[in-house]
Amino acid sequence: MLEIKHAQKTFFRGTPNERAALNDLSLTLDGGEFLTVIGSNGAGKSTLFNAITGGFILDGGSIVLNGDDVTWLPPHRRALVIGYIFQNPARGTAPNMTIEENLALAYSRGKKWPLRKGVSKEDRSFFREHLARFEMGLEDRMKDTVGLLSGGQRQALAMLMSTIARPRLLLLDEHTAALDPAAAQKIMRITDEIVKEQKLATMMITHNIRQALDFGTRTIMLDDGKIAFDLRGEERKNMTPSRLMEHYSHLRVM
Amino acid sequence: MVLFAGSLHLGLIYGLMAMGIYVTFRILNTPDLTTDGSFTLGLAVSAVLTALGMPGWGIVCGILFGALAGTVTGLLQTKMDIHPILSGILTMSALYTVNLFVLGDRSNLSLLGSRHLFSMAAASLPNVHRDVARLVLASFFCFACFAFLAWFFQTHVGLCIRATGDNDDMVRASSIDVDAMRIIATSVSNACVGFSGAVAAQYQGFADINSGVGMTVVGLASVIIGEVFWGHRSVTASFASAICGSVIYRLIIALALKSDFFPAYALKLVSALIVIAALSLPAVKGRFELAATRREARRHAGD
Repeated sequence: MLEIKHAQKTFFRGTPNERAALNDLSLTLDGGEFLTVIGSNGAGKSTLFNAITGGFILDGGSIVLNGDDVTWLPPHRRALVIGYIFQNPARGTAPNMTIEENLALAYSRGKKWPLRKGVSKEDRSFFREHLARFEMGLEDRMKDTVGLLSGGQRQALAMLMSTIARPRLLLLDEHTAALDPAAAQKIMRITDEIVKEQKLATMMITHNIRQALDFGTRTIMLDDGKIAFDLRGEERKNMTPSRLMEHYSHLRVM
Repeated sequence: MVLFAGSLHLGLIYGLMAMGIYVTFRILNTPDLTTDGSFTLGLAVSAVLTALGMPGWGIVCGILFGALAGTVTGLLQTKMDIHPILSGILTMSALYTVNLFVLGDRSNLSLLGSRHLFSMAAASLPNVHRDVARLVLASFFCFACFAFLAWFFQTHVGLCIRATGDNDDMVRASSIDVDAMRIIATSVSNACVGFSGAVAAQYQGFADINSGVGMTVVGLASVIIGEVFWGHRSVTASFASAICGSVIYRLIIALALKSDFFPAYALKLVSALIVIAALSLPAVKGRFELAATRREARRHAGD
């Protein structure tokens, strides 16, 4: 699904601030695999996501997504197969547009004929069905502007928006970090359901070590633009948050 | 009555421009200064073609050339990464030369004696007053443009443009080309402005190279006056309110000039003051509210 080979990215090249944000990083992710990504600030987590979505072009290496080499493609061409959820619920939705308009935009990915009706009747009933599953009452507020929703409701909407067009890869950038505990729990439950149901290849950045182990099928830790360790299978099952924490601090001391 | 009819005509004709301004100023959230140039461009193209005996093509080409000017600004903003305000200023400035060229190296062109759409409308409706015939034609143009915009902004592209002004991160994440949306929007906006200029040329019967000066401010004033009366509402309602705002603006100006309160040359100053007053209202209101809260707090502290 996703194949990153020898990714290399250096920021501020040629200045005293020169920093290798991605350092010969290679990573392969299959469909249905749910990878959690941990690492301290500046370890390269967000840089890795940015490299995948096309926020910048790599200095070296390649990225293959869903069988296509996307190394040189601009962001909007890659977004066809990527669902992305930001940490800030406000970034994933258009506040002055209605819920149904937001969903219609997300649902329209890659469809042809730009002058068709923005929100069609079939779309509406389809969206209603999906929104009802969140049990947040959003299905009865489809004509409300998104700015009126709470952070949790917005993130749930963003979740639906980024998966409704059936992407192949889902990127979650600390998507529950800005929510209250109850909302965070609900969003995680929804995430888990959608990932399992659509068999999405998923990457989730988190600073919550427990969350990193409780969810998903595989955990990597980034340090200095490289993968410091890659946990899966039995090894991951036997890992506890406190032991993982030890690894973490051990690396930082070095 | 003459005053009212004239304001209504001008309000509808400049309402075309106000709708265009609404597209960039409110929907795209990026004020566009191309307007001053693209208005004159539409005006000049329409006047020249009318003088050549093709008033209908004058309108069509006014719209197309306006759209072209908008496309240039859009390209400068997105592909060349020039600041949006500066892009508009650059296009506007360049258009001054283009407009002189279109007018044939003259600063004005009179349509005296040429058949244009307004005289044709009056001729084809011989039983009604000339002002009514003009009103019918102006309303027709205005309604056609309104209907197009109302439809366009409910289509898929329309939604994408609205979302681009609202949150372009989300638009990019939905695999939509943000740059293309910005270019289309500035182009649609300036097509409306060119349309307005093209109709204005035939209505007033002449074209002048300086007709466009301050048009951006006039358009902004119309949009804002519309919002003062009708508030921020759905996109379709907002286009209607921009037209109404334009008519009210013309009435205010006509009354102010009629009352001998202002000399005619005060027009632009009055327009600018209207825009400043409307745009600064929230900030001024906030400051008053803060002062009131403070006074209240001080009084409680004194108890």
